[in-house]
Amino acid sequence: MSLSSLPVTAGGRPTPSPRRRIPGEARSVAYLYILPAVLLYALFVFIPFAHSIYLSFFKGNGVTRMEFVGVENYVDIVTNPVLRSAFVHAFELIVFYSLIPIAIGLLLASVLHRSRIRGVAFYRTALFLPYVIAPTAIAVIWRWILAPRGPLNSFLEAIGLGALAQPWLGDFTWALPSVGMVGTWVMFGLVLALLLAGVQKIPLELYEAARLDGAGPWMEFRAVTLPGLRYEIVVALVLTVTAALRNFDIIYVMTSGGPGNATVVPSYLVYQQAFKVAQIGAAAAMGTTLIVVIVAANLLIARAGRRDA
Amino acid sequence: MISRRDTIVGYLLLSLAALISLGPLLGVVILSLGEPGKVGIKIDIAKATNFGNFADVWEKGDFGPAIQTSLIITTIVVVVSVALSIPAGYAFALINFPGRTAIFALLVLGILMPLESMIVPLYLDLRRFNLDNNYWSVILPQIGFSVAFGAFWMRAFFVQSARSLMEAAWIDGANTWRTLTKVLLPLARPQMLTLAVLFFVWNWNDFLLPLVMLSGSDLQTAPMALVNFEGARRTDFAYLGAASLITIAPVVIVFILLQRSFTRGILAGSIKE
Repeated sequence: MSLSSLPVTAGGRPTPSPRRRIPGEARSVAYLYILPAVLLYALFVFIPFAHSIYLSFFKGNGVTRMEFVGVENYVDIVTNPVLRSAFVHAFELIVFYSLIPIAIGLLLASVLHRSRIRGVAFYRTALFLPYVIAPTAIAVIWRWILAPRGPLNSFLEAIGLGALAQPWLGDFTWALPSVGMVGTWVMFGLVLALLLAGVQKIPLELYEAARLDGAGPWMEFRAVTLPGLRYEIVVALVLTVTAALRNFDIIYVMTSGGPGNATVVPSYLVYQQAFKVAQIGAAAAMGTTLIVVIVAANLLIARAGRRDA
Repeated sequence: MISRRDTIVGYLLLSLAALISLGPLLGVVILSLGEPGKVGIKIDIAKATNFGNFADVWEKGDFGPAIQTSLIITTIVVVVSVALSIPAGYAFALINFPGRTAIFALLVLGILMPLESMIVPLYLDLRRFNLDNNYWSVILPQIGFSVAFGAFWMRAFFVQSARSLMEAAWIDGANTWRTLTKVLLPLARPQMLTLAVLFFVWNWNDFLLPLVMLSGSDLQTAPMALVNFEGARRTDFAYLGAASLITIAPVVIVFILLQRSFTRGILAGSIKE
């Protein structure tokens, strides 16, 4: 489920605290309003979360007795090379899901800040489409594009670069970057649309003032564009980093973690350990660690965004 | 000053970006109309005339029942999640009740919680209560995850635009429920629509939860049908292309019709002054 984290609105805005009394009603009426949502959230998100932490200290298949093993499952994540590599791969995917799209987006935004484009709706629809469609379908489509005799290799041969043709997803070196490139394709349009919407709001006078002060394109970027897009960059980072770390569907369909373990990622190992080899505790520890990594990454991003303010 | 040259460069770059986004999808449209069963996977627009592929795939991949299952699940999730997010967001925004900050913080934490991490306990817990292998095993957790974002989103709306209106309604003697239903809800329609579109897209595309929850039943969602079909026909790319398009069609249609609502949801922060 790409219920990616979207803390987009009301960033850090303090809530005005309502002091006025509601006529004829106790404030506790609020509990009735929040009850259904909070109940379902507690039952199907929060209790499983707590249960996941609990399970992570046990070994077993979840059916027969579970044996308490303390932090052993967590020690395994650090010491077992395959488990550890899942997190290394997840961080490498951040380069493709996050950094490359944001770099492309910033480059285009700084070139495009002076043009006022008509037909924004068309461009926005096109740029958002890869982000909207099911990752399972994206994986099927790109497995075709990257197939040994697929369109990408045909294209490389057609332009005389046949030497670069690869069995992309079957190659130990290229499998992870290939999966990453799919992430770049999914994310770059979203990030570009986000940054373009932001750059259109930077007053043109700021650019003119920078130019009068003798700023070149690089200084102009550093002094005007980048600070003006701070908020949009934070939003883009939150969306893309979280997607890179969660990434299950694309790996499941395109590579199943292979060749070898070249593309295993945490969410895939959670699934594999729980439902293929029935190591419930190890899977829970992997899942819990992934939550910690995702929450920590988002806090870091939010904090960096605030410090620059 | 906006020069003509800047504008032309702008259009060229944006068109290139749009082409990169749309290219693979247009390629799949041509692919899906090619000759089925061929291992050769070059696309040829002149031979892209096999419209029967879609009927074949619909039949062979059991897409009829799968689309139906996805529609049932997603519709219930969208309607219930929006309906529960509104009163929750309203109370968090406008009523100062004890525990408000703490409960809201716990709920917002849910926006960051990856379902991938919770899949193991969710499966064990639902199986213990014999809730697995039916619609509810997918619907209930999807609602749980959706309302975390939904309450956050609706609260942001009520905080920004409803205070003075609400106080006026209170002075007129309306209670909280009347204020919500008669005064605020008509104003919140755009926010509700955005929420509905986001919930529809996310939950339609969801794969891991139904994969795990429905594995012991005959039920499958559209993404599950696609992946099962793909597993059975690894190289029949014309059919796989058609199957992909069938799977994404409902979301693409909703997105194109309501793209303004969807992009407002994603771009909210940047459009907001």
